[in-house]
Amino acid sequence: MTSPHLLWLLTGAGVILVCASIIGEILRQRLSPAGDNPVIENLNARITSWWVMVILLGLAFIAGKPGVILLFALCSFAALREFLTLTTHNRADHWSLLACFFLILPLQYYLLLIDWYGLYSIFVPVYAFLLLPVASALRGSTKDFLIRVSETQWALMICVYCASHVPALLYLQIPGFEGRNVILIAYLIFIVQLSDVMQYVWGKLIGRTKVAPNLSPSKTWEGLIGGALTATAVGTALWWMTPFSPLQAAGMCLLITTMGFFGGLVMSAIKRDRGVKDWGHLIAGHGGFIDRLDSVIFAAPIFFHVTRYFWSAT
Amino acid sequence: MTAPRAIWQGIEPVPHQRIYFANHSSNGDFVLLWTVLPAPLRRQTRPVAALDYWLKSPLRTFIGREVFNAVLIDRRPESRAEDPVTQMVAALDQGASLIIFPEGQRNSSDEPLLPFKSGLYHLARTRPEIDLVPVWIANLNKVMPKGEVIPLPLICTLTFGAPLHLASDEAKDAFLARASQSLLALQPLLPGHA
Repeated sequence: MTSPHLLWLLTGAGVILVCASIIGEILRQRLSPAGDNPVIENLNARITSWWVMVILLGLAFIAGKPGVILLFALCSFAALREFLTLTTHNRADHWSLLACFFLILPLQYYLLLIDWYGLYSIFVPVYAFLLLPVASALRGSTKDFLIRVSETQWALMICVYCASHVPALLYLQIPGFEGRNVILIAYLIFIVQLSDVMQYVWGKLIGRTKVAPNLSPSKTWEGLIGGALTATAVGTALWWMTPFSPLQAAGMCLLITTMGFFGGLVMSAIKRDRGVKDWGHLIAGHGGFIDRLDSVIFAAPIFFHVTRYFWSAT
Repeated sequence: MTAPRAIWQGIEPVPHQRIYFANHSSNGDFVLLWTVLPAPLRRQTRPVAALDYWLKSPLRTFIGREVFNAVLIDRRPESRAEDPVTQMVAALDQGASLIIFPEGQRNSSDEPLLPFKSGLYHLARTRPEIDLVPVWIANLNKVMPKGEVIPLPLICTLTFGAPLHLASDEAKDAFLARASQSLLALQPLLPGHA
């Protein structure tokens, strides 16, 4: 599963993190020697969490397909837990919610593992969406029924179905690219997350015009354009490790950074509606799993299907 | 699996002697409260639990007595040998902190909180110097609704509020109402809790 290109990407991420750690430490000594500047402390907590995430991802890549699938199944589980904690449900939904966690989620990833594309690509929207409301209806409670059912379905769609399209990239059959699919995952995550970080940096530096002031005070047009263009430039420069030509790579990067941005925006709207700042607390400095994965989750299915349609042999 | 999260909103987790009083919606309540306390605090904190529940089987007796070191009180006034308040005060005088559920039973109604029993007031009157800390436990009733067997992995939060004391001329009902209010004020604004 390892390839020299993957080592390049991981080394690149490692170098960026080493630089970030050094800058974070210098900033701490200059501005927050007693550990009392919340911005600096949060920055350093974020960098530490990034180390953990990159190392886990690297280990999963080394472990091969089952490792990557297991990692994303666990991320899905954590994300679903965060999402369903905030949705509307009552006692009558107990069994259908249990089914989300312990039946649908494992099955979706198992179908991936055995590469049954025909079923995993429709399993959640067809079978889960039809059968879950039945489980809730059989318990007899009609209060807020449509709200309960649709919120649960959206949780599954985002946290299980969309997220599972990241490991699904491993199974695309691209002529001339055999045995290197793991690059697609590393590339997708690297570009989308780089875009997130650069949007933050550009937004802090020159951000003025807010995209949606009601949703998120930190998202600005300057940040979005700066971040997306920076990530696209880096992604285009890395075209040689992908199945794409330089121009195609640029187009793909624009597509996934835009989707990633909208993912963050939509998930912010949900958080705003539910009156919370973060989805969870398990990733120090970042918040919850969904806070970190929202952009990847939105970009993954589109990236998967565009790549499959234009480049895949099947 | 429920990833409990403690929010120390009105008070710090320091090893003072305290009485934590919380809403009671599930049998897992005090276990959860116990696990989010830092280890030094946990060792000196004893839950107050119903004797009729915890002495039902040898396993429960073992867990209640040996693992959690619970103060077991009898909820039935007609048959009990010892007064619950006396038992709790004795535990306090040995230096323990207590976890109590002033509703006196699990709340399975649609109300967020049942009326408090008077035990909290008697404790506050007998040992006025001890901090009474309200703790709101959110979501555990959804993790494990009464009668269900398999728990749902949702995130539970425990919000610790500012400590209360009995005012010098405060009447029983006024104090219990104030305690109840201070606990309700800690509810997170989530759907299904409002």
